Amino acid sequence: MSLDRIFDIAGSGMAAQSIRLNSTASNIANANSAASSEDEVYRAKKPVFSAVQLDVMSQMGMALNGQDEASRGVRVDGIVESEAPLDMRYEPHHPKANDEGYVMYPNVNIVEEMTDMMSASRSFQTNVDIMNAAKTMMQRVLTLGQ
Amino acid sequence: MSISFDRALGIHPQALEVRERRAEVLANNLANADTPGYKARDLDFKAMLGGQVDNQMKMTMTSGKHLPPMDVAQSDGLKYRMPTQPSLDGNTVDTQQETAEFTKNVLDFQASFQLLNGKFKSLTSVLRGE
Repeated sequence: MSLDRIFDIAGSGMAAQSIRLNSTASNIANANSAASSEDEVYRAKKPVFSAVQLDVMSQMGMALNGQDEASRGVRVDGIVESEAPLDMRYEPHHPKANDEGYVMYPNVNIVEEMTDMMSASRSFQTNVDIMNAAKTMMQRVLTLGQ
Repeated sequence: MSISFDRALGIHPQALEVRERRAEVLANNLANADTPGYKARDLDFKAMLGGQVDNQMKMTMTSGKHLPPMDVAQSDGLKYRMPTQPSLDGNTVDTQQETAEFTKNVLDFQASFQLLNGKFKSLTSVLRGE
Protein backbone atom coordinates (compact mmCIF):
# COMPACT_ATOMS: atom_id res chain seq x y z
CA MET A 1 0.00 0.00 0.00
CA SER A 2 1.45 3.30 -1.02
CA LEU A 3 0.22 5.18 2.04
CA ASP A 4 2.92 3.35 4.00
CA ARG A 5 5.50 4.65 1.60
CA ILE A 6 4.49 8.25 2.27
CA PHE A 7 5.70 7.77 5.84
CA ASP A 8 9.09 6.56 4.57
CA ILE A 9 9.34 9.40 2.07
CA ALA A 10 8.38 12.14 4.52
CA GLY A 11 10.62 10.50 7.14
CA SER A 12 13.59 10.56 4.77
CA GLY A 13 12.87 14.23 4.07
CA MET A 14 12.77 14.98 7.80
CA ALA A 15 16.02 13.11 8.40
CA ALA A 16 17.75 14.96 5.56
CA GLN A 17 16.53 18.34 6.76
CA SER A 18 17.61 17.64 10.32
CA ILE A 19 21.10 16.77 9.06
CA ARG A 20 21.08 20.10 7.24
CA LEU A 21 19.99 21.89 10.41
CA ASN A 22 22.68 20.05 12.31
CA SER A 23 25.44 21.16 9.97
CA THR A 24 24.10 24.72 10.04
CA ALA A 25 24.19 24.67 13.84
CA SER A 26 27.75 23.37 13.75
CA ASN A 27 28.77 26.07 11.25
CA ILE A 28 27.25 28.89 13.29
CA ALA A 29 28.71 27.55 16.54
CA ASN A 30 32.16 27.49 14.95
CA ALA A 31 31.88 30.75 13.06
CA ASN A 32 34.54 32.34 15.23
CA SER A 33 36.79 29.36 15.94
CA ALA A 34 40.12 30.83 15.02
CA ALA A 35 43.20 28.78 14.13
CA SER A 36 46.79 29.58 13.31
CA SER A 37 47.10 27.59 10.06
CA GLU A 38 44.93 26.82 7.04
CA ASP A 39 44.87 23.09 7.79
CA GLU A 40 43.52 23.43 11.31
CA VAL A 41 40.81 25.95 10.68
CA TYR A 42 37.15 24.94 10.62
CA ARG A 43 35.44 25.04 7.20
CA ALA A 44 31.72 25.46 6.60
CA LYS A 45 30.03 22.07 6.14
CA LYS A 46 27.21 21.50 3.66
CA PRO A 47 25.17 18.31 3.15
CA VAL A 48 24.57 17.09 -0.40
CA PHE A 49 21.06 15.84 -1.12
CA SER A 50 20.02 13.40 -3.82
CA ALA A 51 16.78 11.66 -4.67
CA VAL A 52 16.54 7.96 -3.74
CA GLN A 53 16.06 5.99 -6.93
CA LEU A 54 14.86 2.43 -7.06
CA ASP A 55 17.62 0.01 -7.88
CA VAL A 56 18.21 -0.57 -11.56
CA MET A 57 16.85 -4.10 -11.72
CA SER A 58 13.48 -3.29 -10.20
CA GLN A 59 13.31 -0.17 -12.32
CA MET A 60 13.79 -2.32 -15.42
CA GLY A 61 11.03 -4.57 -14.19
CA MET A 62 8.79 -1.56 -13.71
CA ALA A 63 9.60 -0.29 -17.18
CA LEU A 64 8.65 -3.67 -18.65
CA ASN A 65 5.34 -3.56 -16.83
CA GLY A 66 4.74 -0.15 -18.31
CA GLN A 67 4.96 1.44 -14.89
CA ASP A 68 7.36 4.24 -14.38
CA GLU A 69 8.05 4.85 -10.70
CA ALA A 70 8.89 8.14 -9.13
CA SER A 71 11.83 8.13 -6.77
CA ARG A 72 11.32 7.29 -3.11
CA GLY A 73 12.44 10.02 -0.81
CA VAL A 74 15.68 11.84 -0.33
CA ARG A 75 19.02 10.92 1.17
CA VAL A 76 22.20 12.68 2.17
CA ASP A 77 25.02 11.59 -0.12
CA GLY A 78 27.67 13.18 2.03
CA ILE A 79 28.84 16.32 3.68
CA VAL A 80 31.26 18.55 1.82
CA GLU A 81 33.40 21.35 3.16
CA SER A 82 33.02 24.75 1.60
CA GLU A 83 35.77 25.87 -0.78
CA ALA A 84 35.13 29.54 -0.09
CA PRO A 85 38.24 31.57 0.78
CA LEU A 86 39.15 31.68 4.45
CA ASP A 87 39.02 34.84 6.45
CA MET A 88 42.59 35.87 7.32
CA ARG A 89 42.86 38.66 9.86
CA TYR A 90 45.85 40.51 11.20
CA GLU A 91 45.62 40.10 14.99
CA PRO A 92 49.15 39.90 16.36
CA HIS A 93 47.98 39.75 19.98
CA HIS A 94 45.68 36.78 19.42
CA PRO A 95 47.03 33.68 21.21
CA LYS A 96 46.70 31.69 17.98
CA ALA A 97 48.39 34.23 15.73
CA ASN A 98 51.10 32.77 13.48
CA ASP A 99 54.62 34.15 13.08
CA GLU A 100 53.44 36.94 10.81
CA GLY A 101 50.63 37.89 13.19
CA TYR A 102 47.77 36.47 11.15
CA VAL A 103 44.83 34.42 12.45
CA MET A 104 42.66 32.18 10.26
CA TYR A 105 38.92 32.44 10.71
CA PRO A 106 36.45 29.90 9.22
CA ASN A 107 34.78 30.61 5.87
CA VAL A 108 31.34 30.53 7.50
CA ASN A 109 28.91 33.10 6.15
CA ILE A 110 26.43 33.76 8.94
CA VAL A 111 23.77 35.24 6.63
CA GLU A 112 23.95 32.20 4.37
CA GLU A 113 23.69 29.89 7.37
CA MET A 114 20.65 31.71 8.73
CA THR A 115 18.80 31.48 5.40
CA ASP A 116 19.78 27.82 5.20
CA MET A 117 18.40 27.28 8.67
CA MET A 118 15.08 28.92 7.79
CA SER A 119 14.80 26.92 4.59
CA ALA A 120 15.61 23.67 6.41
CA SER A 121 13.09 24.24 9.20
CA ARG A 122 10.38 25.16 6.67
CA SER A 123 11.04 22.03 4.64
CA PHE A 124 11.03 19.97 7.83
CA GLN A 125 7.63 21.44 8.72
CA THR A 126 6.27 20.60 5.29
CA ASN A 127 7.34 16.99 5.70
CA VAL A 128 5.69 16.83 9.12
CA ASP A 129 2.46 18.16 7.58
CA ILE A 130 2.64 15.52 4.86
CA MET A 131 3.07 12.80 7.45
CA ASN A 132 0.08 14.10 9.40
CA ALA A 133 -2.05 14.16 6.25
CA ALA A 134 -1.01 10.60 5.40
CA LYS A 135 -1.91 9.53 8.93
CA THR A 136 -5.38 11.05 8.57
CA MET A 137 -5.86 9.32 5.22
CA MET A 138 -4.82 6.00 6.71
CA GLN A 139 -7.17 6.40 9.65
CA ARG A 140 -9.99 7.13 7.24
CA VAL A 141 -9.25 3.96 5.31
CA LEU A 142 -9.40 1.95 8.53
CA THR A 143 -12.98 3.09 9.07
CA LEU A 144 -14.09 1.68 5.70
CA GLY A 145 -17.46 -0.02 5.97
CA GLN A 146 -18.24 1.25 9.44
CA MET B 1 -27.85 -14.41 -7.56
CA SER B 2 -24.43 -13.30 -6.60
CA ILE B 3 -23.04 -9.96 -5.64
CA SER B 4 -20.14 -8.87 -7.82
CA PHE B 5 -18.00 -6.54 -5.78
CA ASP B 6 -16.31 -5.21 -8.90
CA ARG B 7 -19.58 -4.13 -10.39
CA ALA B 8 -21.12 -2.96 -7.15
CA LEU B 9 -18.23 -0.73 -6.17
CA GLY B 10 -17.69 0.81 -9.59
CA ILE B 11 -14.63 2.91 -10.25
CA HIS B 12 -14.16 4.10 -6.68
CA PRO B 13 -11.57 1.56 -5.45
CA GLN B 14 -9.35 2.36 -8.45
CA ALA B 15 -9.87 6.08 -7.92
CA LEU B 16 -8.82 5.67 -4.30
CA GLU B 17 -5.72 3.78 -5.39
CA VAL B 18 -4.76 6.49 -7.86
CA ARG B 19 -5.24 9.16 -5.20
CA GLU B 20 -2.98 7.15 -2.92
CA ARG B 21 -0.28 6.91 -5.57
CA ARG B 22 -0.57 10.59 -6.35
CA ALA B 23 -0.15 11.39 -2.65
CA GLU B 24 3.05 9.34 -2.72
CA VAL B 25 4.40 11.16 -5.78
CA LEU B 26 3.59 14.58 -4.32
CA ALA B 27 5.10 13.64 -0.93
CA ASN B 28 8.21 12.65 -2.82
CA ASN B 29 8.34 16.02 -4.56
CA LEU B 30 8.13 17.78 -1.23
CA ALA B 31 10.79 15.58 0.35
CA ASN B 32 13.08 16.50 -2.55
CA ALA B 33 12.30 20.23 -2.42
CA ASP B 34 15.97 20.98 -1.71
CA THR B 35 17.61 18.31 -3.88
CA PRO B 36 19.67 19.86 -6.69
CA GLY B 37 18.58 18.76 -10.15
CA TYR B 38 15.42 17.01 -8.96
CA LYS B 39 12.49 17.33 -11.36
CA ALA B 40 9.01 17.52 -9.84
CA ARG B 41 6.60 14.82 -11.03
CA ASP B 42 2.90 14.35 -10.96
CA LEU B 43 0.29 11.83 -11.98
CA ASP B 44 -2.15 12.57 -14.74
CA PHE B 45 -5.32 11.47 -13.00
CA LYS B 46 -7.38 11.50 -16.19
CA ALA B 47 -4.88 9.37 -18.07
CA MET B 48 -4.76 6.82 -15.25
CA LEU B 49 -8.49 6.50 -14.72
CA GLY B 50 -9.04 6.78 -18.47
CA GLY B 51 -6.91 3.65 -18.71
CA GLN B 52 -9.21 1.93 -16.22
CA VAL B 53 -12.27 2.71 -18.30
CA ASP B 54 -10.60 1.75 -21.58
CA ASN B 55 -9.69 -1.60 -20.08
CA GLN B 56 -13.12 -2.79 -21.07
CA MET B 57 -12.29 -2.21 -24.72
CA LYS B 58 -9.18 -4.31 -25.12
CA MET B 59 -7.76 -5.39 -28.44
CA THR B 60 -8.44 -9.03 -29.22
CA MET B 61 -6.23 -11.41 -31.13
CA THR B 62 -8.23 -13.17 -33.82
CA SER B 63 -5.25 -14.78 -35.54
CA GLY B 64 -2.15 -16.56 -34.28
CA LYS B 65 -0.01 -14.14 -36.27
CA HIS B 66 -1.22 -11.15 -34.31
CA LEU B 67 1.15 -9.55 -31.85
CA PRO B 68 -0.14 -9.28 -28.30
CA PRO B 69 -1.28 -5.78 -27.35
CA MET B 70 1.45 -3.86 -25.61
CA ASP B 71 0.75 -2.82 -22.07
CA VAL B 72 3.45 -0.20 -22.37
CA ALA B 73 1.36 1.81 -24.82
CA GLN B 74 -1.03 2.55 -22.01
CA SER B 75 0.56 5.53 -20.42
CA ASP B 76 0.71 5.21 -16.67
CA GLY B 77 0.31 8.96 -16.34
CA LEU B 78 3.50 9.78 -14.42
CA LYS B 79 4.76 13.01 -15.92
CA TYR B 80 7.15 15.85 -15.21
CA ARG B 81 5.75 19.13 -14.02
CA MET B 82 6.33 22.28 -16.09
CA PRO B 83 8.40 24.57 -13.88
CA THR B 84 6.91 27.99 -13.17
CA GLN B 85 10.10 29.56 -11.93
CA PRO B 86 13.57 28.55 -13.04
CA SER B 87 15.98 27.74 -10.25
CA LEU B 88 19.75 27.85 -10.31
CA ASP B 89 20.27 24.26 -9.13
CA GLY B 90 17.88 22.69 -11.66
CA ASN B 91 15.25 21.81 -9.06
CA THR B 92 11.69 22.29 -10.33
CA VAL B 93 9.79 21.76 -7.07
CA ASP B 94 7.57 24.67 -6.10
CA THR B 95 6.77 23.92 -2.45
CA GLN B 96 3.62 26.06 -2.37
CA GLN B 97 2.21 24.50 -5.50
CA GLU B 98 3.03 20.99 -4.34
CA THR B 99 1.49 21.60 -0.92
CA ALA B 100 -1.67 22.94 -2.54
CA GLU B 101 -1.87 19.93 -4.85
CA PHE B 102 -1.26 17.57 -1.94
CA THR B 103 -4.04 19.16 0.11
CA LYS B 104 -6.40 19.00 -2.86
CA ASN B 105 -5.46 15.39 -3.35
CA VAL B 106 -6.21 14.59 0.30
CA LEU B 107 -9.68 16.11 -0.11
CA ASP B 108 -10.22 14.18 -3.35
CA PHE B 109 -9.13 11.06 -1.52
CA GLN B 110 -11.70 11.71 1.18
CA ALA B 111 -14.36 12.27 -1.46
CA SER B 112 -13.52 8.99 -3.18
CA PHE B 113 -13.46 7.29 0.19
CA GLN B 114 -16.85 8.76 1.08
CA LEU B 115 -18.33 7.40 -2.15
CA LEU B 116 -16.77 3.97 -1.66
CA ASN B 117 -17.98 3.88 1.91
CA GLY B 118 -21.47 4.76 0.68
CA LYS B 119 -21.38 1.78 -1.67
CA PHE B 120 -20.41 -0.52 1.18
CA LYS B 121 -23.10 0.92 3.38
CA SER B 122 -25.77 0.33 0.76
CA LEU B 123 -24.47 -3.24 0.25
CA THR B 124 -24.75 -3.84 3.99
CA SER B 125 -28.26 -2.52 4.12
CA VAL B 126 -29.21 -4.79 1.20
CA LEU B 127 -27.75 -7.81 3.02
CA ARG B 128 -29.61 -6.95 6.18
CA GLY B 129 -32.81 -6.44 4.25
CA GLU B 130 -33.57 -3.22 6.05
